[in-house]
Amino acid sequence: MAILTRADGTPDWRRRTPRADLLVWSGWFAAIALAVACFQFISERTIWDFVWDAPAQGADLVSRMFPPRWSYANQLWKPLWDTINIATIGTGLAVLIGVPLAFLAAHNTTPSLLLVRAPVLFIIVASRSINSLIWALILVIILGPGMLAGILAIALRSVGFIAKLLYEAIEEIDATQVEAVSATGASRAQVLGWAVVPQVMPAFAGITVFRWDINIREATVLGLVGAGGIGMQMQASINVLAWPQVTMIFILILGTVLVSEWLSARVRHGII
Amino acid sequence: MNAATLDAPDFDAKAAARAWRPPPLIASAWLRYAIYLGALVYAVIAIGTIEVNWTRAAEGLERAGRFLGGFFPPDFTSKGDDILEGLLESLTMTVVATALGLILSIPVALGASRNLAPLPVYLACRAIIAVSRTFQEIIIAIVFVAMLGFGPLAGTMTLAFATIGFMAKLIAEDIEDIEAAQAEAVRATGGSWFQLLAWGVLPQVKPRLIGLSAYRLDINFRESAVLGLVGAGGIGDTLNTSFDRYEFDTAAAVLIVIIVIVLACEYSSGWIRRKVQ
Amino acid sequence: MLLRIQGLSKRYPTGDVALTAVDLEVPAGQVMALIGPSGAGKSTLIRCVNRLVEPTSGTVQLDGVEITSLGTTALRRARRRMGMIFQEYALVERLTVMENVLSGRLGYVGFWSSWFRRFPNADIEEAFRLLDRVGLAHMADKRADTLSGGQRQRVGIVRALMQDPQLLLVDEPTASLDPKTSRQIMRLIVELCGERGLAAIINIHDVALAQQFAKRIVGLRAGRIVFDDQAEALGGGQLTVIYGEEDWSQTIGRAEEEAEATGTLA
Repeated sequence: MAILTRADGTPDWRRRTPRADLLVWSGWFAAIALAVACFQFISERTIWDFVWDAPAQGADLVSRMFPPRWSYANQLWKPLWDTINIATIGTGLAVLIGVPLAFLAAHNTTPSLLLVRAPVLFIIVASRSINSLIWALILVIILGPGMLAGILAIALRSVGFIAKLLYEAIEEIDATQVEAVSATGASRAQVLGWAVVPQVMPAFAGITVFRWDINIREATVLGLVGAGGIGMQMQASINVLAWPQVTMIFILILGTVLVSEWLSARVRHGII
Repeated sequence: MNAATLDAPDFDAKAAARAWRPPPLIASAWLRYAIYLGALVYAVIAIGTIEVNWTRAAEGLERAGRFLGGFFPPDFTSKGDDILEGLLESLTMTVVATALGLILSIPVALGASRNLAPLPVYLACRAIIAVSRTFQEIIIAIVFVAMLGFGPLAGTMTLAFATIGFMAKLIAEDIEDIEAAQAEAVRATGGSWFQLLAWGVLPQVKPRLIGLSAYRLDINFRESAVLGLVGAGGIGDTLNTSFDRYEFDTAAAVLIVIIVIVLACEYSSGWIRRKVQ
Repeated sequence: MLLRIQGLSKRYPTGDVALTAVDLEVPAGQVMALIGPSGAGKSTLIRCVNRLVEPTSGTVQLDGVEITSLGTTALRRARRRMGMIFQEYALVERLTVMENVLSGRLGYVGFWSSWFRRFPNADIEEAFRLLDRVGLAHMADKRADTLSGGQRQRVGIVRALMQDPQLLLVDEPTASLDPKTSRQIMRLIVELCGERGLAAIINIHDVALAQQFAKRIVGLRAGRIVFDDQAEALGGGQLTVIYGEEDWSQTIGRAEEEAEATGTLA
């Protein structure tokens, strides 16, 4: 908001000063120019004939996908069970590693800002920036295809997520409760156990369930790189263009994800 | 407190202390043991289903060594052109998808707000959000690649579609939470529906809109790094190829590039969110 | 002399000077009120005594033990002798009343027994006795965040007494309470100190309450002690020295009339 003085000396109200106005408009211009330039770049790498053909392709795809091959479901229960296990065990492992990391990373509980907090933050960032599918890719090369690679991939990605959200929760706790427990003559470990842990318990439970819900989703595709679960069947079906089977897999994934989302929402509401 | 002491003049602290037990996490003993038992049984069964091929894993150790060795030093140069191309693809996909997704998510968000939209529109918009959020980006990418062919356009569409679900859901929640009084005040001046949006709703959700866009930009880059696995363009393509050829030093270089850019994105998006909130 | 503070100064890293060369002695069993305007350093002073805030210079001696030079373990042992009561109660909200009370014994038990809530039976008995003394024995298993302000402060008092202290450090015990509950809490603290022969330093900004319940009043202004005498000796002139120019005639001695009006003195 700006109040300017007109040539005749009377005040004039404008939303912004002309300088700010210019800045905002040139910002918009730059953003649009960037988006257009980027689109051009993508466009050069696109075979547009295929794109113009897309509606026909899409219609064709849909016609081949339906009806789903319902009987295929019988072969899917085991992979689905594996998928859920990958997500659950992976989340469990991530909790075991992520919780200590969170306490080492939080400003108010870390033993040393420079020697401990900095390297732990690096671990957290590295874990978070690499997608679980890439972790799976690496692990399949090392461990061979199978569930173990999937579980570890999920765990490696989730460690950073859980540790980050939890250390932020730890940094937000009420400091006077910590002060009060310290004042009784409690040791550092007792202060953690009696003043910090009770305060972050709800956040901890919420974060864990939230990540588990995300992991169910992620675990459905790990099989594409051979890391176990229902994604393996999806990959196999796509390779032989068995689209009715793919549809069946999609339906099962949809159902599982909806149930896990409902469950995690229930638990999170229950905690608060 | 005087009244209380009169009520129980001969309170027996010894008996009370004997009767006291530390409070359990779950009040009902039956439920507590059922949960412990269930968790134990599940853990045994689930861990039992993991089949590990130990001979294969032992062979893998040597590969693991070579992979880790690839980081010392990473090779940025011999496949430098591929890395640069993949990186540019990822960045452009991220920018276009975020911009497109943002523009498209606004009408969907308005439609998914119960206090602004009529019921049929509301249900339709909520359905779009649900589909977009349920499926992993990779699955959506598979469908788009099947329709649009290989290349970054399929990846861009995937990310834009995922952005719509993410942004629309969070913005709709925000719009449903806005202060009715402020919107009422604009309506009371005789403003139209669009004026209501511009003066009553937008100012209240704008900081969050900007913060979420910055956050989503960050997520989209991270996701763009894996879409290449199914042929939807981006740096994931480069990564996948280098893994296929066992060029671990190039893979290490790509991973380092991804981590550095994600770090930069995260810091700048955090900075933007702090600025607007 | 139970507590002897000599030349205590505190300068925060931000450069704010909270205390300048404070000398103060408190004999065993004496209840002392510390008054002064906001920001005078009252909170800092009592936190320097149990080293929740590290003093910049000066010494604090409790019962002959030099607190300021203690290492971590010895400091924990020394803190057991000083119970602290807080303005916003500072109970651990998600624990039960009994757990909060037992947390006063943390300095006496090991980590694992405290983690599994295994306290000596004598501690639990004492906890029930004290809870009964303040009228909350029936609330033992309620969660702390379900209690009213006055009840929470009583739990806070019991927690401090569980430490079996010689000295109570009381930080604005009534600032979050209504006038009637404030008087009840102040009376409870003073009575309990009398019963157990405890000394207490009570930070309080309500001059009338301080005069009503404490024998001795110390006035702090901008980090220096500017008044230290019997409660009756506090008059308008001294209040002007502590707080600055104001019409004080209505403040002094009004507490008793007010209390009579609410019926709590009878």
